[in-house]
Amino acid sequence: MGDRAMPFTRRGLAGLAAGAALAGAGPARPAVAQGAPLKVGLMLPFSGTFASLGENIAAAFEMHLQERGGRMGGRAVQIVRLDDESNPANAVQNVNRLVGRERAEVLVGTVHSGVVMAMVQASRERGIPLIIPNAGNASATRELCAPSIFRTSFTNWQPAYGMGLALAKQGVKRAAWVTWDYAAGNEATEGFRDGLRTGGAELVRELKLPFPETNFQPLLAQIPGLNVEAVGAFFAGGGAVQFVREYAAAGLKDRIPLCGSGFLTEGALGEQGAAAEGVRSALHYGDGLDNAKNAAFRTAFRGRTNREADVYAVQGYDAAQLIAIGLDAVKGDVGAERELSRAMKGARIDSPRGAFTLSPSHNPVQNIYLREARGGQNRVVGVAAEALADPGTGCRMA
Amino acid sequence: MDTAAFLAQLLNGVQYGLLLFLISSGLTLIFGVMGVINLAHGSLFMVGAYLAYVIAAWTGALWLALPLAILGGLGFGALLEAGLFRRFYQREHLDQVLLTFALILLFEEARSMLLGNDFHAVPVPAALDFSVPVVGGFSYSAYRLAVLGVCLLVAALMFLGIERTRVGSAVRAAAEKPEMVDLLGLDARRIHMLVFAAGTALAMLAGALAAPLQSVYPNMGDGFLIIGFVVVVVGGIGSIAGAFWGALLIGLVDTMGKAYLPQVAGLAVYLLMAGILLWRPAGLFARRA
Repeated sequence: MGDRAMPFTRRGLAGLAAGAALAGAGPARPAVAQGAPLKVGLMLPFSGTFASLGENIAAAFEMHLQERGGRMGGRAVQIVRLDDESNPANAVQNVNRLVGRERAEVLVGTVHSGVVMAMVQASRERGIPLIIPNAGNASATRELCAPSIFRTSFTNWQPAYGMGLALAKQGVKRAAWVTWDYAAGNEATEGFRDGLRTGGAELVRELKLPFPETNFQPLLAQIPGLNVEAVGAFFAGGGAVQFVREYAAAGLKDRIPLCGSGFLTEGALGEQGAAAEGVRSALHYGDGLDNAKNAAFRTAFRGRTNREADVYAVQGYDAAQLIAIGLDAVKGDVGAERELSRAMKGARIDSPRGAFTLSPSHNPVQNIYLREARGGQNRVVGVAAEALADPGTGCRMA
Repeated sequence: MDTAAFLAQLLNGVQYGLLLFLISSGLTLIFGVMGVINLAHGSLFMVGAYLAYVIAAWTGALWLALPLAILGGLGFGALLEAGLFRRFYQREHLDQVLLTFALILLFEEARSMLLGNDFHAVPVPAALDFSVPVVGGFSYSAYRLAVLGVCLLVAALMFLGIERTRVGSAVRAAAEKPEMVDLLGLDARRIHMLVFAAGTALAMLAGALAAPLQSVYPNMGDGFLIIGFVVVVVGGIGSIAGAFWGALLIGLVDTMGKAYLPQVAGLAVYLLMAGILLWRPAGLFARRA
């Protein structure tokens, strides 16, 4: 998902911080007397484009572990971090290293949709519990779903569905959608179309360009002629920054409101500046979400990391909560696969995003919030879709 | 068809085409004069874009990147020519391809080490951060219009330089009749260095201009390199006029294709190239048969 572009000058510092964090993890401590600790493998990007996402997921996961005194299901937990570099070419090798050499009994990861496929495969083949704390590709909880695979994030379909539904509820009848022509973009398109349709509106036109091209002009010039009341978009990272700016520069923003899946503005508002002001988006988290759990979570995360929590931190925190519920139910016996899976499936997670449960395909059934970009924040202004589950099309679980 | 949208698309196509011209003119000159297929030309474009990004982040004055890209490009190009390319003119094309491919890897690795692998948005300079109403309610970014102007200016200067100056006629001679250069007693080494330096400066200038138009990201030069070669082939190798009209044609076809025939947009440019090559195998403006 969205890389969060950092100003050039801060880049080196972030790298140093990442390095220091890894070095601080240090060599494995010897096993304690009452039995070997449970090893949890965090396979996440700690370098490259998605490094800041991986850092926040890992930090929040470790924060919850610490809140529990370092134990889950009565066993001491040892975390093994592995940098997947968001590189699908090394994904299988990295998973094998975690499961083989490091003897991880639980897998948590990752951000990149291509890399997560190797983890999904390992989990399906070996029955190792896998918690996905970000990657939104639908297949992991649709056709490739398995009793051992859980997600604490979202499917690309979910936020876009919420946005479509919210537009239709506002009275919009005709909307267009702009995205990159790749798996995540197409899943989001499907969600937006379904959301509009549920509310009685129509997706008039899909405008697509190849990933990661950013020559948006030919697409933008078509928009005035489409006779639509709203334009939605799915972009992330640098592309999202660019698109929102160009949409405003083309003079479209004041004539046809822009909205999108939350990643259009998530972590990008600083660089989008005034162009993003008033842009609406839908996501399972937002700034200023008013509940006690969120307030406590944000304070604790800030105290621990000196950073503001974000949606990625929330997903990492909930990954730790989910696996802890499962392990508590089996008293730390990861081998009790059925009981573990059943406990996790039935879990109700007290998340900073608001409590959620899991769908039959193990994807969060969660509120999709409607947010509006105001003064550099994605302020929650309402609920776009309440307790929304991914349809889980094609999931057949034994 | 909506006339205003059509005119806006024409403007988009011309602007994109002119940017392509900056890239393909250097490519075609270097190939025409030295016979070197410079695959690293796209990396030079990337260097220019990252230069703009760094300048904007450090000083906030993006315009500084333009003179720096031109001057830096001239110096860097001269160094590359004298230090590396000069030794490869007499070698086989395969050796040249390996050399320039190695350069791509070096540029990418250096970029990754120094600046990381993130996407970065480069803000449009504040003075040009507004829109001009152009046609029928469609506004066009002032920065894009400025880029269009700069590209036209560079193209005009190049035509004058190549058609009207002594150095220019030597370059033309070297591109069109290489065997004549030595016979005329011209200093081929100087011409080579000059052409390579100019080509590098043009690629870096294009990158710096393009940085606020598209994000700055790893391998961003690849797409432009390929489309740049298409322009060179369509226009005719070694021909500046060919690069100019070829770039405009490709820019327009690509933009119009994306706007009006999105199903075949990815193919349109290559179909056009195939068609032109069937009709004129040496390109539109080839002067050598």
